[in-house]
Amino acid sequence: MKSDKIFKYLLFSASFLVIIVAAGMVFTLSSGAIPAFKEFGLKFIISNQWNPTEGRESYGALPFIAGTVITSVIALLLCIPLAFSTSLFIAEYFYKKRVAMFLSTMVDLLAGIPSIVYGLWGFYVLRPFIVELGLSPQGYGIFTASLILAIMIIPYATSLSSEIISMVPNDLKEAAYAMGATRLEVIFNVILPNARSGIFASFILAFGRALGETMAVTMLIGNSNIVPTGLFQTGNTMASVIANQFGEADGLKLSSLIAIGLILFVITGLINAIGKLIIKKLA
Amino acid sequence: MSSATIQYNTRSDYRKRKNRLFYWLVIAMSAITVSPILLIIYKLIIQGYKQINWSFFTKVAPNTLEAMTANAQGEVIPGGILNGITGTFLIVVMAAIIAIPVGIMIGLFLYENQGKRFASIVRDISDILQGVPSIVLGLIAYMWVVKPVTHGFSALAGSVALAIMMLPLIIRSTEETMKMIPTSLKEAGLALGVPYYKVILRVLIPTGFSGLSTGILLAISRIIGETAPLMLTTLGSSAVNWDLTKPTSAIPLLVWEFYNDPNMANLIWSSSLFLMGFVLVLNIISKRIAAKQNR
Amino acid sequence: MNENIDRVDNPIIKIENLSIAYDKDKFAVKDINVEIEKNAVTAIMGPSGCGKSTLLRAINRMHELYPQIETKGDILLKDENIMDMSTIMLRRKIGMVFQRPNPFPTMSIYDNVIAGYKLNGIKLKKNDRDQIVEESLISVALWDEVKDTLFKKGSFLSGGQQQRLCIARTIAYKPDVILLDEPTSALDPIATARVEDLLVKLKKDYTIVLVTHNMSQAARISDKSMFMYMGNLIEYGNTMKMFTNPRNPKTEQYLTGKFG
Repeated sequence: MKSDKIFKYLLFSASFLVIIVAAGMVFTLSSGAIPAFKEFGLKFIISNQWNPTEGRESYGALPFIAGTVITSVIALLLCIPLAFSTSLFIAEYFYKKRVAMFLSTMVDLLAGIPSIVYGLWGFYVLRPFIVELGLSPQGYGIFTASLILAIMIIPYATSLSSEIISMVPNDLKEAAYAMGATRLEVIFNVILPNARSGIFASFILAFGRALGETMAVTMLIGNSNIVPTGLFQTGNTMASVIANQFGEADGLKLSSLIAIGLILFVITGLINAIGKLIIKKLA
Repeated sequence: MSSATIQYNTRSDYRKRKNRLFYWLVIAMSAITVSPILLIIYKLIIQGYKQINWSFFTKVAPNTLEAMTANAQGEVIPGGILNGITGTFLIVVMAAIIAIPVGIMIGLFLYENQGKRFASIVRDISDILQGVPSIVLGLIAYMWVVKPVTHGFSALAGSVALAIMMLPLIIRSTEETMKMIPTSLKEAGLALGVPYYKVILRVLIPTGFSGLSTGILLAISRIIGETAPLMLTTLGSSAVNWDLTKPTSAIPLLVWEFYNDPNMANLIWSSSLFLMGFVLVLNIISKRIAAKQNR
Repeated sequence: MNENIDRVDNPIIKIENLSIAYDKDKFAVKDINVEIEKNAVTAIMGPSGCGKSTLLRAINRMHELYPQIETKGDILLKDENIMDMSTIMLRRKIGMVFQRPNPFPTMSIYDNVIAGYKLNGIKLKKNDRDQIVEESLISVALWDEVKDTLFKKGSFLSGGQQQRLCIARTIAYKPDVILLDEPTSALDPIATARVEDLLVKLKKDYTIVLVTHNMSQAARISDKSMFMYMGNLIEYGNTMKMFTNPRNPKTEQYLTGKFG
């Protein structure tokens, strides 16, 4: 029927649009980044220069790549025990009980807090706390940023993990209990091996999320364009430098920032793709 | 007792104690996980309620001089966040206008073409899009809209960036909602000789309305607090602006401005509180709708 | 030609050399020739997977929902080839009731009954609309039960009531033929009995074709019965005759429960 054909065509075009948008994104980022790569070559990725003075401009992405990766890795490490415990709470210990629903809602709320609010809280509450503990003079730095990042990615790791954990078949668990296993033993000998790849995937996706975080990290990391060498040193991330330096950037500087955006895009894309692939394999 | 029995008992005790310990560890960790949100909300309320008054909603943001004077005199800072509220409204509504129809259409497409190769590709691309950092989307919108279209920072560019963020969420929730509708409903419509597109529009979509609205509300709550992409696209404005092609303020942008100006510190909390409240309300509404559906 | 397939005195539907394949060479329905009698109840029986639902859905072209299905042969409604008609016209003349009762959840009972008109944009005067709704609901013995709640959504109705509502929705559209795909398999025995009585009553004005996996149902209410096995039409004739004196050994095996 004619109207049906038109309708189907409309839906198809909309879907095609998504592909065009995605392809367009890659194209735009690449073409915007070309001037920087033409000027600096691939050394751009490993150079730690960031010198915007006229006539001697030189830019490199290394400090930012390092900052992004380091903060995200530390955030992930901090997040793992917390997210794992929380998902066990929700999906195993108190499964389907009201307190678990409450916790689940709280975790969802964590996901809903805007990045800038996290940044504010980190700046006004966490940072003074770090200073009090004597860990750092001003409280800025890799550690503080990683800490806030860890809190931000917990919901992403938790929701997927708890789903995976709750899907472990009951009869496997019951068989273990029937042999006298304690809950702890069932968790580590039955649930974990079974849910291993799903939980791993959830952490990968949380990691991908951490890589792209901007505001909270910008406010806590100290914004110095160096490769950090200590846990409480200041540094910078790809997302932060773009946000901070974008203001009056043009020409080579703009192209360098876009190049950094491209690198960030590629890295997060890869990480997310790996995570999704693992999940697909599970299904 | 024989030594073998003693050994058995202590081993079993040991396992039981480990078990107990782990149990309390999980509870402790879970409590730690939840504490930030309680602390954050507490801080926002305590520090923020002082600045919330009628003019908070009706006046534009003060400039730094006004704020400095008020602080020096120990008074409440004059002005409010009206330019931010209207700006956020303008940008979000525009983003929704772009993303909702497209997202629903694509969701319908995926629902129609389950298992087909092209649909899988579209679904995968939608997933990839969901993982793109918001700052990169800001870059994209800058290059697509700010430069060539509006020749300068604009609300439209911000809407485009936010629309791309909303799209994958709406696509997924549409597809999931449609999949949950029993096929016999579709068949009943077709058996009455109704053309397919009408069955979708007048039977399936109304039936799935709550699922679709939940997806849309969640997508909106996701983008309403976004700062980074707006920094690269709409920049901000000290006045109320309704022109899509001009720079506009937004609540998160105002929070950022307040943060960067030591005189405005007190306004930070009230505006953040307002923002958080909004996000919370949207979340609660969508949970309510979802719960009603499952009833 | 299969001599176990009877001809019919007053055919309204003629199925000629009909074959339906899902997948290149997987034939769900193989070369079927049969006539459906007007104003009678015809039952299509057979074990699971024999093709009975596929055959039924071909009659109102519902199988076109799945584009990979290939059809050969013809189906004639009152001597007009159904492929020559638009599906809109065809489904006005042939209505369908499904296994799971499926009233439209966002519409009131009233709107459900006239859904055929409403969704197709056919405007009726209020009096006509009210009359159609009342007559249809009376025909399915629902009127007294819902006349005070016509404008509420139908979700509070029981399964049997919902199914009768679906039948009302179908007959409100005034078709010639009503197809039913296992209409009572999701209902309890009492509701089943009421629907069966309804179908027998309706055959005065409509032609009824129903697929059933319940032999006793076929025996209770049908005038003619078809027995299908693995896509083939094995036997067709008067229900009474077929049940008491099946001509094909397969039919007898099925009727005596040797396979299901």
